[in-house]
Amino acid sequence: MFRQAKWDEPLIFELSKPGRVGFTLPEPVEDIEVQIPEDLMRKSLELPEVSEPEVVKHYIRLAEMNYGVDSGIYPLGSCTMKYNPKINEEFANHPKVAFIHPYQDPRTVQGALQIMWELEQWLKEITGMDRFTLQPAAGANGEFTGVMIIRAYHLDRGEAQRNEIIVPDSAHGTNPASAAMAGFKVIEIPSNEQGMVDLEALENAVSERTAGIMLTNPNTLGIFEEDILEIAKIVHKAGGLLYYDGANLNGILGKIRPGDMGFDVVHINLHKTFSTPHGGGGPGAGPVGVKKHLVDYLPVPLVEFDGEKYYLNYDLPKSIGKVKEFYGNFAVLVRALTYLKIMGRDGLREVAEIAVLNANYLTQKLKGTRGYELPHKELRKHEVVFSAEPMRKEMGIKALDVAKRLLDFGLHAPTIYFPLIVHEALMIEPTETVSKEELDAYVEALKRISEEAYTNPEIVKSAPHNTAVRRVDDVLATKKPIITWRMYKEFKRKGEVDY
Amino acid sequence: MGKHYIPNSAHKEEMLGEIGFKSIEDLFSDVPKGFVKEFNLPEGKSEYEVFLEMNEILNKNKTVLEMPTFLGAGAYFHYVPAHVKHLIERSEFITSYTPYQAEISQGMLQALFEYQSLIGELVGLEIVNASMYDWGTALGEAARMAARVKKKNKFVVPKHIHPERNMVLKTFVEGADIEIEYVKWNEKGQVDLEELKEKAKNAAGVYVELPNFFGIIEEQIKEIGEIAHENDALFVVGVDPTILGIIEAPGSLGADIVVGEASFLGSALNFGGPRAGIFATKNERALIRQMPGRIIGMTRDTEGKRAFVMTLQTREQHIRRAKATSNICSNEALVAVAAAIHLASLGPKGLEKLGEIILKNTAYFKKRLSEVAEISFDAINFKDVPATFEIPYPIIHERLLERGIHGGFYLKPYFPELGETALLAVTETTRREWIEALVKNVREIINEAEL
Repeated sequence: MFRQAKWDEPLIFELSKPGRVGFTLPEPVEDIEVQIPEDLMRKSLELPEVSEPEVVKHYIRLAEMNYGVDSGIYPLGSCTMKYNPKINEEFANHPKVAFIHPYQDPRTVQGALQIMWELEQWLKEITGMDRFTLQPAAGANGEFTGVMIIRAYHLDRGEAQRNEIIVPDSAHGTNPASAAMAGFKVIEIPSNEQGMVDLEALENAVSERTAGIMLTNPNTLGIFEEDILEIAKIVHKAGGLLYYDGANLNGILGKIRPGDMGFDVVHINLHKTFSTPHGGGGPGAGPVGVKKHLVDYLPVPLVEFDGEKYYLNYDLPKSIGKVKEFYGNFAVLVRALTYLKIMGRDGLREVAEIAVLNANYLTQKLKGTRGYELPHKELRKHEVVFSAEPMRKEMGIKALDVAKRLLDFGLHAPTIYFPLIVHEALMIEPTETVSKEELDAYVEALKRISEEAYTNPEIVKSAPHNTAVRRVDDVLATKKPIITWRMYKEFKRKGEVDY
Repeated sequence: MGKHYIPNSAHKEEMLGEIGFKSIEDLFSDVPKGFVKEFNLPEGKSEYEVFLEMNEILNKNKTVLEMPTFLGAGAYFHYVPAHVKHLIERSEFITSYTPYQAEISQGMLQALFEYQSLIGELVGLEIVNASMYDWGTALGEAARMAARVKKKNKFVVPKHIHPERNMVLKTFVEGADIEIEYVKWNEKGQVDLEELKEKAKNAAGVYVELPNFFGIIEEQIKEIGEIAHENDALFVVGVDPTILGIIEAPGSLGADIVVGEASFLGSALNFGGPRAGIFATKNERALIRQMPGRIIGMTRDTEGKRAFVMTLQTREQHIRRAKATSNICSNEALVAVAAAIHLASLGPKGLEKLGEIILKNTAYFKKRLSEVAEISFDAINFKDVPATFEIPYPIIHERLLERGIHGGFYLKPYFPELGETALLAVTETTRREWIEALVKNVREIINEAEL
């Protein structure tokens, strides 16, 4: 039976004891008096006073109350939570990575520039694009970069009226949000019964106002958009561009390339497909690749190689500028290149093949279990979306309850309530790095939850039972927001909280 | 290669058979025919071979530990205590995703709540998010937020804003029809209040940096805030958090929004990334509703025990889609946690001492530098010092490099009016002998050049 660590761990502020220190600092090189104007001087600063061993124990206890990929299966759909090889970490923490300044003379950072240049070559071949920027810090930052490039392209061609971006209703929320940030109007089109882009709806949506379409392929249902070549033809004919959201690249990696399917711009997530750890929400990296006709608009600088030395090229007069400071999340890029070099051509193909095998294995094993249904077509790529709608209708047990009950078995829940077009969605992406036994155990747990739902529903509704805390009251969190220690203290002083 | 990460490589036939498929290719029968191809990529290698190869590449870098380096300009060499790195490398933290399932992710949630709390104390504001990508993107979001809150489309920034950050800002406001106005600096290298009064008219937000790009402490920060507020604009302050042990919290100086760079605490230089953007605001409904990014809140579980959860999510892209306050999804959680651990270890005394050491080191550096260059402005500097040289700076840079010293950041390409000026920086890590070596060598280089 799974039992997560349950420390009653106070906030670091509550551990504070006056006089304790957790730091050492060198003395100033010379003790010069510098007078700061009186009204700018710091009056008070309430930070905790704790020693180093206390800091270490505190955060180790917090770590013990956290679940990561190294703890067990973590099949969040569209998140590609694969194993993060430890060799990657060795290089991300290497002194030759840690102790270099971004403005160093290029002659002193040839290794860093070579890493970026080499990574770009791999990504170009993997996606079928002509150039890449490694600057974006995450997928959404990459999307923003991509749509800004599309915007610059149309403006440069004197087609300012192209102010609409088409997005299918199965898209990630970041797609419409990124398009809106770049100033586009978002046109949402429905999916067909198969869970794919409805070609007729697409035909009706395109016009001389179309700037482009943002697509994820395989889509968020884990279904390959079979009509992709037709989609590309329709959009290109209307004068629009195709944007590829690389969140699901793991499903086709090393097999087929977005660039060959007609995409003009892609972003990929190194923290998904290329095994860099997600760090509890970041840092990630979202490089953006483009076809030749869009290279001029890429952010500055690009990394160039003249056959002898690597250098940064800022000479791109039509560039959209910068989307992030410096050159992106460099330490993440180091990890990704390490991974690519180990995997190689065949290894990458194996990734997609086993990721898809695992997802379909799970699909077939779970299919037919009471309470879950499998909408849309059966053949999936790297992920599958089941619906707990029957369970909700029959027993009042929701996808959220199923998710919480899974935690009791020491299994991370799938993504839930996404994509929006599936009711009570359970979006499961096992990835290639889990074993057959883990897949079997996951299916077993979902079957057991189904059985419980129809025999002992209370145990599911009141889940989780074995985690560090019981079900968290997120309604209260919204009704009475406590965001920082200073807010908490105030509530406490007024006697408004007892937790 | 790579099968050592893929357990089921050994069970293909068995698994395919169990689910009624004949071959792996059957699983890809839905992709367009003729599009599956053999990629032109190198073969995989063993971990040892890649270990050697990566080491060989990385050894071409020369680090700041191998040559005295006087670069700052928005990235600084600070020492990060070993336990900080050790803690954030814990598997449970580093290999977790965004804490969607709160009950099994309490550790990361509490750590991020503590980050928000520590930053809240530091900047003197109650609402802090769980991080943006970096200072520049946080500033871009702040400008957009100011425009939404005030329903105006002008954002005023100093002309001496960090050029890198300025470029990010411009990209971020491009699609929102926000116009950026620049205010010149005065003879002290600080915002010119007279010009600000003119330009702040009809502004949605007024922005100032602390210290500013020239490393100078803006002494009239309160007045700048007052001018912003007189014009019904939000006052946005960008901070280097390592100064906040000695300088008053921006929230107490009138700031409505504070942005900044959290990675100056807890993270190495890493060639400029990852970093983490600070984003904080006042506890006002109108501001919170327009705030970008993830926010962690404290609540309780069904048994009344304290618990943490992602909250106020109706602002975010996964719910609001095209109407979200921002598209941000992944942020820089682990970098934020590193900053929190470093900050908690420093405590109030450590942060104050760190600020004092840097202030004193900068003062000493300025004094010594003035022997060989003209210090551009008479003001108080923190880390960065702009200095003008008698001979073209690139010559000095080149000759210094030959002598194993790395100079500063050449300002002329960005601010030609400053002439042969470079921004040179020190921190608590700078050693006295590095400064000695720099001054001695610059003196020699100038003498040689003038012969």
